[in-house]
Amino acid sequence: MLEFMTILIIKTLVAFTVSLLIVAYSTWIERKVLGHVQLRHGPTRVGFHGLMQPIADGIKGFFKEELVPDNADKPLFLIAPIISIFASVTLVVLIPFGDTVTIMGREITLYLTDLDVGMLLILGISTIGSYGGIIGGWSSGNKYGVIGGLRGTAQMISYELPLALAVIAVVMVSGSLSLIDIVNSQTGLWNIVKQPFAFVLFIICGLAELNRTPFDMPEAEAELACGFNVEYSSMKFALFFMAEYCHMFVFSALVTTLFLGGWHGPFVDGPHWFFLKTFMMIFFCVWERSTFPRLRYDQVMSFGWKILLPCGLINILLTGLWMLVFNI
Amino acid sequence: MGDKDYILNVSDRRPEGKYITPILKGLAYTLKNFFSKPITIMYPEERREVSDRWRGLHRLKVDDQGKLLCVACGLCAKICPPQAITIVPYEEAGGTRYPKEFVIDELRCIFCGYCQEACPKDAIELSKVYDFVDYERENFIFDIEKLKDPEKYIFNSKKIA
Repeated sequence: MLEFMTILIIKTLVAFTVSLLIVAYSTWIERKVLGHVQLRHGPTRVGFHGLMQPIADGIKGFFKEELVPDNADKPLFLIAPIISIFASVTLVVLIPFGDTVTIMGREITLYLTDLDVGMLLILGISTIGSYGGIIGGWSSGNKYGVIGGLRGTAQMISYELPLALAVIAVVMVSGSLSLIDIVNSQTGLWNIVKQPFAFVLFIICGLAELNRTPFDMPEAEAELACGFNVEYSSMKFALFFMAEYCHMFVFSALVTTLFLGGWHGPFVDGPHWFFLKTFMMIFFCVWERSTFPRLRYDQVMSFGWKILLPCGLINILLTGLWMLVFNI
Repeated sequence: MGDKDYILNVSDRRPEGKYITPILKGLAYTLKNFFSKPITIMYPEERREVSDRWRGLHRLKVDDQGKLLCVACGLCAKICPPQAITIVPYEEAGGTRYPKEFVIDELRCIFCGYCQEACPKDAIELSKVYDFVDYERENFIFDIEKLKDPEKYIFNSKKIA
């Protein structure tokens, strides 16, 4: 029992340290890639090629003045960033980094938990994360914040559904809600081949869920002056930021798990394939951000409800028919 | 045209029907940019080459013996539009004139280059130094010694910080 607990605690510490490091450095990746896409250098001054920039930013965040507006709803205002970061960090628990490895004669699994309903839990908790933005915008007593929060709500409702529908198609093919089983069912053929349609759907809805650029309605720098986090400063702002990037990491890891075969790959299976694919997805998130302009708000809504939702339903229908006809 | 007409126009705008190819084209364009060399330069380590006719900080030229070419005729001070130049002449026994003091207030100067044009002896010119910075206003008042070597005042991040 003691041994089990020790292994579990060490595993948790390692998983969270690695994840938060990736989160910190995905801000560096974002700034660097955006810079190079715009023919700039990006951060270069702090450390080798600006590699110490996330740490410098963190230190700066701690020493900034903490402001709470007079007309803010103080308890909610304080709790909003915590909700945000809680939800996205909790999701790390469910991510399968790799299969079992043998260290010092013990079989150690490279994931923290293997829940039967892992996928369901991920959908649920990632929705809670949106509450952080909504409550934060609403309680800050700022009109831009309120509008940002409202947009967050509407967008969450309209994109959660097609996201879940895309996942359902994958679950139908894999036959399980457990992420480990989903990865194991892709040994020969990745789900991106079996479910290309669901893959595209999942990425589009995931980007909307992440509030990334073509769908960054709650933030919308140009129209809403940063939307739900206008009134936040110092570490509270940094928490929102970390939550966003942590969510991006989890999203990339999920795409890897659900569609790109998780830790499977040519030659040797292992966590290196998982991290490679995840970083490619993070790169994709930044790349598409640098490419697409923000959609208009009503376009976002009608795209979600009139196109993505029917597409998701049709995809499930076709998958069902396929499975019925070929008796899989 | 009222607001209503405008709203109608917007909702009438039907999508043209091309979605996938423009998206892929855009992604290809940004990826191409990502792999090409940045066009920004790493100032202050790298500097952009400026024109030979660039008008930067002033330089008082000296002859082979290291003496100033300036004869303190005062034409540059006279023509200077913001009156940034102050000259105190000094006459030697043989009748040769030198400036005893030659002070340019670089904060007043508008870098028009008239002093260079007016000078009958070609004794003053504008160098290519364009980034002199300092914390004190007094340091922008250049006397003869400073004016002899304006290149010393090129911005150096290590010296300032």
